[in-house]
Amino acid sequence: MRILGLSAFYHDSAAALIVDGRVVAAAQEERFTRIKHDAEYPENAIAYCLSEAGLRLSDVDHVAFYDKPFLKFERLLETYLTFAPRGFKSFQMALPIWLKEKLFQKDHLRKKLQSMAPDFDWQSRLLFAEHHLSHAASAFYPSPFDDAAVLTMDGVGEWATTSTAIGNGAELNIDKEIHFPHSLGLLYSAFTYYTGFKVNSGEYKVMGLAPYGEPVFAQKILDHLIDLKQDGSFRLDQSYFDYCVGLTMTNSRFDDLFGAARRNPESLLEQRDMDLAASIQAVCEEVVLRLTRSLAKESGSPNLCLAGGVALNCVANGKVSRDGAFENIWIQPAAGDAGGALGAALAAYHTFLGHERRVEGADAMAGSYLGPSYPQAEIETQLTEAGATYSVLSEAEIIEAVAEALAEGDSVGWFQGRMEFGPRALGGRSILGDPRSPTMQRDLNIKVKYRESFRPFAPSVLAEQASDWFEISCDSPYMLLVADVKAARRWRMTEAEQSLFGIEKLNIVRSEIPAVTHIDGSARVQTVHADTNPSYHALLTAFQARTGCPVLINTSFNIRGEPIVCTPTDAFRCFMGTELDMLAIGNCLLRKSEHDPAMRADYREQFLLD
Amino acid sequence: MLSFIIEFWAFLRARKKFWLLPIIVMMALFGGLLVLSQGSAVAPFIYTIF
Repeated sequence: MRILGLSAFYHDSAAALIVDGRVVAAAQEERFTRIKHDAEYPENAIAYCLSEAGLRLSDVDHVAFYDKPFLKFERLLETYLTFAPRGFKSFQMALPIWLKEKLFQKDHLRKKLQSMAPDFDWQSRLLFAEHHLSHAASAFYPSPFDDAAVLTMDGVGEWATTSTAIGNGAELNIDKEIHFPHSLGLLYSAFTYYTGFKVNSGEYKVMGLAPYGEPVFAQKILDHLIDLKQDGSFRLDQSYFDYCVGLTMTNSRFDDLFGAARRNPESLLEQRDMDLAASIQAVCEEVVLRLTRSLAKESGSPNLCLAGGVALNCVANGKVSRDGAFENIWIQPAAGDAGGALGAALAAYHTFLGHERRVEGADAMAGSYLGPSYPQAEIETQLTEAGATYSVLSEAEIIEAVAEALAEGDSVGWFQGRMEFGPRALGGRSILGDPRSPTMQRDLNIKVKYRESFRPFAPSVLAEQASDWFEISCDSPYMLLVADVKAARRWRMTEAEQSLFGIEKLNIVRSEIPAVTHIDGSARVQTVHADTNPSYHALLTAFQARTGCPVLINTSFNIRGEPIVCTPTDAFRCFMGTELDMLAIGNCLLRKSEHDPAMRADYREQFLLD
Repeated sequence: MLSFIIEFWAFLRARKKFWLLPIIVMMALFGGLLVLSQGSAVAPFIYTIF
């Protein structure tokens, strides 16, 4: 049985294809259209998924969509009724798009699908899964567990913003939900907005900024904004927020509570902004920990699965993992709405159609390398057309050359095999660097990524040696757990260094691997496994042979605001538009020094700041 | 359109939300005018919750 899952029309459109319950392909539309968080119907991602399996759309048994438009419309109406007459302006703006498009999503989908397969029998083949069921299915079904408790948290789906479910074999039942407007994701986004970042993409920045501050506002948040119960359930005081009735996240009462207006996105970050980030992060962790502890007691299961946008908060995930309420934790790598496409397909297969589920040791995500790959001939064609100068080497030679360059302090674009599904680059489309360098974090941020210097980088480490370098006792293949760098590898701060505040601490060399050690001694670890990514594993092994260090900086292959590169052409453009020193694509090796400086082209203007 | 109306009716029945019906009918009437008077519909929100 073949099921195509789709997410679209809000943000992060994606398609995923499963064949007899096995995940065959999955990709986000933004990678093809080069529009970050692209919300359009994912026709490129669908075409890719079908081509990966050698299928036509008419060969597919069902198409599953990741949420239910009517239910969302019901929420819209009831929310406006609840707050009326406030919110009329927002209502007036929302109504046309609903009456024109969103209410007719099924018809819209049918027309789109029919244009690809004119005889497509949409009435029987088109299925809809609730938003949080899609998230829960994306978390449970590909997990390595026979049974598990499932927690999903995000901004909002139809009504649910947080849900708990129990998965057992092929059964998955949602048993509790917290409904809109009470939302942990929207609370976090409110602070993202208030600290001057862009909602729906700046949340990572708030999380990265948090360790530079102190959680001095946490009690104020708990006293005024959120009524948090012992079991982790909560309600938000809507008198401080604007998202139900207006066009912003917070209102003037929120400003009064924290003593100032929202930070202007163009202005410099101050200690107060870092303290706000630390405070909302602390509150978020407290909510998640209370939820997971009560879920562990109620479910009795030793296993926890997580998904939903809040599950991308890897600092909170790390705390849940260390908290010990659950013995094992598995997080869907595409935890955001893109993963809903996969979840909808899996929910259709197991929950709706009742097909059996088989757990075969490891998880079913294949390292999340579910996107397109390019044969060597295609890579050479694209590079030649782009005017690149390259050498063709064996895989072993490529690995040795890249390891050598990295050990000498070069930054390298690494484009190998299938593209990752989800927001993280995991060694398929990555920029790599030497984590031992004290200047690499700043250099990569400013010269390659063109983003704020405080943004931390994550380490990839050989899975076999992860516990020698980090306080981690489980696998973290999807870079979704934060753990401390081993105490023995961290360096004590001097008194002078300790007296520094906030961003001044950025330049302190904190460990043997300073470029991936965040200000609080933590790191967002990716364990690299030979069975899912043998060439990246071999590269780390070669780097260790030269340096004694089995760790590399791994950041996504893109510049600020750009979707991660998809094709060799995208990669070459990024290579020539940044100060990357080397690029390894398949068996092709490119050195910046061998390219005419006149070919360098700054393309930053093409992407909006995130 | 007929299939849409049938499905929406089934939705209201399943959700036991018949009280929404008068609001929806009024909305369809006045909203229709609003839609017809506009060129394109663009989501204006900072977070696409609606």
